[in-house]
Amino acid sequence: MSGSVNCPECDATLNLKDVVAGEIVQCPDCGVDLEVVSVEPLAVELAPMEEEDWGE
Amino acid sequence: MKIGVLLSRVRVEEKWLFDALDKRGVEYDRLDDREIKFDITQREYWQQYDAVLERSISFARGLYATQILNSWGVPTVNDSQVAAICGDKLTTTLMLEKARVPQPLVKVAFTPEAALSAIEEMGYPVVLKPVVGSWGRLLSKINDREAAEAILEHKETLGSYQHSIFYIQEFITKPGRDIRAFVVGNETVCAIYRSSPHWITNTARGGQGMVCPVTPALNAICVAAAKAVGGGVLAIDVLEDPQRGYLVNEVNHTMEFHTTVPTTGVDIPGMIVDYTLKVARKKVAEGYVMPMGLQHPAFLFNAMLDLQSTEIDPTEAA
Repeated sequence: MSGSVNCPECDATLNLKDVVAGEIVQCPDCGVDLEVVSVEPLAVELAPMEEEDWGE
Repeated sequence: MKIGVLLSRVRVEEKWLFDALDKRGVEYDRLDDREIKFDITQREYWQQYDAVLERSISFARGLYATQILNSWGVPTVNDSQVAAICGDKLTTTLMLEKARVPQPLVKVAFTPEAALSAIEEMGYPVVLKPVVGSWGRLLSKINDREAAEAILEHKETLGSYQHSIFYIQEFITKPGRDIRAFVVGNETVCAIYRSSPHWITNTARGGQGMVCPVTPALNAICVAAAKAVGGGVLAIDVLEDPQRGYLVNEVNHTMEFHTTVPTTGVDIPGMIVDYTLKVARKKVAEGYVMPMGLQHPAFLFNAMLDLQSTEIDPTEAA
């Protein structure tokens, strides 16, 4: 899915290409991590904060 | 054939895994670990999956989800016992030692006073690591007694109980890089050097990737490390000691490979999917084991007894 959304943190316009639900993208203006919560319609929310047991 | 992919976020790795599943025409479900629910008396729903590929970013969610699934006979990649070992640096160390896999010297203490004594016995510098954690976070290189006292006090005061398990590792003077190798089943399929001017070389911390040739010696130590923790699809972090050669630093059970794939050109996601399909077809012996939670205390205790009865000779690792 491709399209434009606005950053919920700084209102910058993000042009997203071939994203899928659950994907994390970064706002090019403010740098915040955003999660693609829906592709139809395209919508993003602030991504969950990193937790202590996160990793690989 | 139906595969579940348990995940927290869709990183580039998960997108590549979905592509690999699609290319093979495999039916699969995305299982978001923020949304799933397990009813302990209702296993049938989950038994629709021939295998579940665990890609949680959260160690705890991945561990407990795979414990539940394994207890119901649903195989996972990796299985819960491997997750329990790899998710805890001390348990990993014990398993590597039990299998006589060369690794840096490690001391463990439970109070700041005992930790300081252990550090001074080992000699500066040392590395203090949280037993649970990743991406190079909260690693401390301690160069002198003043730094040791400060870090130990902070860990005791500010940290959770896990930060009072003081895991002290000898500092290896490595050549500005370490090695990240990928083992799938019984083979090291590729490796990269992670170079950084900083002593922490994780790519999550800015380390740069370069192809590392998989020599017979590197393959041997990596496969031995993978077997020591129970086998599966694993990423082995290897240090190069000027005297002792390869030393296994860590073993990762839900690895990232966004640097390794473009660096090496090796189709790691395809290999992970193929391995998962083998596990689903019950063609991999270690694809299912008893859940770690049922075994963990005795398992760890036995490993520690073994450790007590074994003299650690650092020269043997050469």
